[in-house]
Amino acid sequence: MALNKPPPARGDPLLEVDDLVTVFPTRSGVAVAANHVSFSIAAGQTLGLVGESGSGKSVTCRSILRLVPRPGEILGGSIHFDGKDVFALSARELRAIRGAEISMIFQDPMSSLNPVYTIGDQISEPLRMHRGMGRRAARAEAAQLLDRVGIPAPRERLDAYPHELSGGMRQRVMIAIAISCKPKLLLADEPTTALDVTIQDQILSLLLDLQADEGMAILLVSHDLGVIAQTCDRVCVMYGGYVVEESPAAEIFERSRHPYTAALLRALPEFAVEHEGRRLTPIPGQPPDLANLPDGCPFRPRCGFARPACEEVPMILEPAGPEHWTACPFAAAGTL
Amino acid sequence: MSTNGNGSGEVLLTVEHLHKAFPVRQPLVDRVRRLPRQRAVAVDDVSFEVRRGDTLGIVGESGSGKTTLARLLLRLLRADAGSIRFGGAEVTSASGPELRRIRRQMQMVFQDPYSSLNPRLKIGAAIAEPAVVHGIVSKDHADEHVAEMLSLVGLPETAAARYPRQLSGGQRQRVAIARALSVRPEVLIADEPVSALDASIQAQILNLLDDLLQSLNLTTVFIAHQLSVVRHISNRVAIMYLGRIVETGPTERVFESPQHPYTAGLLAAAPRPDPSTRHRKPAVRGDIPSPLRIPSGCRFRTRCAFAEERCALEDPALLPVERNHLVACHVLPFRTEAST
Repeated sequence: MALNKPPPARGDPLLEVDDLVTVFPTRSGVAVAANHVSFSIAAGQTLGLVGESGSGKSVTCRSILRLVPRPGEILGGSIHFDGKDVFALSARELRAIRGAEISMIFQDPMSSLNPVYTIGDQISEPLRMHRGMGRRAARAEAAQLLDRVGIPAPRERLDAYPHELSGGMRQRVMIAIAISCKPKLLLADEPTTALDVTIQDQILSLLLDLQADEGMAILLVSHDLGVIAQTCDRVCVMYGGYVVEESPAAEIFERSRHPYTAALLRALPEFAVEHEGRRLTPIPGQPPDLANLPDGCPFRPRCGFARPACEEVPMILEPAGPEHWTACPFAAAGTL
Repeated sequence: MSTNGNGSGEVLLTVEHLHKAFPVRQPLVDRVRRLPRQRAVAVDDVSFEVRRGDTLGIVGESGSGKTTLARLLLRLLRADAGSIRFGGAEVTSASGPELRRIRRQMQMVFQDPYSSLNPRLKIGAAIAEPAVVHGIVSKDHADEHVAEMLSLVGLPETAAARYPRQLSGGQRQRVAIARALSVRPEVLIADEPVSALDASIQAQILNLLDDLLQSLNLTTVFIAHQLSVVRHISNRVAIMYLGRIVETGPTERVFESPQHPYTAGLLAAAPRPDPSTRHRKPAVRGDIPSPLRIPSGCRFRTRCAFAEERCALEDPALLPVERNHLVACHVLPFRTEAST
């Protein structure tokens, strides 16, 4: 297994993930879901983590708060948040960070909200726990937060239960809880995947608005290149547990420097529409089994540019332009 | 750009004034007080035609009634009112051998191929069963038929001996397509057939469907929430909102020049993989209203930026704005007409 060289630090990163390795034991062997993953996020920045199912993007995201579900395990690497070594924190210190300095929203707001407590109770909880507010003050603040995330008639909504709200409204409540302690970093794992397209559009706009006002950084995990393009400053593309390309968002959509990213963009129906083509350009074959990765580059069996040397290339991010890194040495050298 | 289906074939499927509402469970108190039972409106006065060889894309968000519509077409649900004529037969009242014939000729492909395939049935048996039941092949020739179907959808013959769980999502969707085609249908109803698949696999299945629709001259109703997918596969499109078709027409016309504010909003809201198209203001405001309380007049008015007084009073009819392009809006089509 090769080491994935971290790109040089830019400015003062708020979050630095360095050489993270997270694994899951499976029946067919050990699945390496995050394979020497490195990236960093500056304060106030939005980083997109994009990949297909099983690329390791969600596991990478959960590793940041040490929320990897059993029997998954973080085997190596380090994560620094705001100068603190996350892996060295005690359970108590970690609890003080979760939901306060780093908060998280998930794909399905129904299963992340407690069905037997009112919306008001659930927004008040972090306010009382992390900000030491009394019951009354927390309730007033909760109403303000609901108003802030665009929920009409916020005072009445405090006494509603999650099932009384639509999917979009529930996700707004989740966001209200997530921003209640003014986090420096918001982890958003497929936050709009379960929502309709007009509601997705509203929620993404809300997230960007909040970010502009509060200055928080966002790690946005998504399978949807459209969502990433509409929201992110920088993008990491994951494949087979590796980060295979990292660059500013505009770069990756216009001048992608990894064959997988390029192929994924070409496979979208939007690409065929733009190029007046009837035929789509699928990526042949199947995504790799994380427990049985091929030697060398994991994309090799599906890559149109694969050559014998690809069986031996180390998965190291190499510079491919300004602020742009690729794990394909041939793309980096311009010899594809 | 669509090439299959030129809209000149004979009309194969005619839907007229179709209605379906679902009764909602009523609290005991309301039952005792003999209050009228509430009904959730799913399909409300829907009419359209599909010509032979056409692919009609039906687009809508959750609660728009698109899946209910598909189930009504196959008589998996009974309509409350209205008619569905398919090749000379009335689907809503068919029974016995006639209904069996209709169901053979109209086949469905679902979103999740894992839950629509029997986990204990080998792939070969799953494909052979409907063909044998409908008398397309005899039991003795079923294996050949299965092999033919598997090669049609690009799977190796060896897949016949496998179970659904041994296949990937894309392969399972190929099996579901093979099973639907095994009874040689004329009409394929596909309900979100690629929505559960990753982008790279989605393109494989869309190309396969594209090839099959053309080579078998299938007539298709293709339901999806992903606009780019519908734009790619269909030559005609219908946009649904709260049980109604609000706009329908040739796919390219509707996508290039949407006339209904909801269609325009949907197109603007769909996130494009192009950072230069970023917008900060949401394209459509508000939530979809409850199907228990459909707004008066135009049902989209509560979210529409162009709504006028009239929109709350009169229910707009689906009227032509150009050839084959119909829109149900009091305001926007006239505005564009005036500006040209």
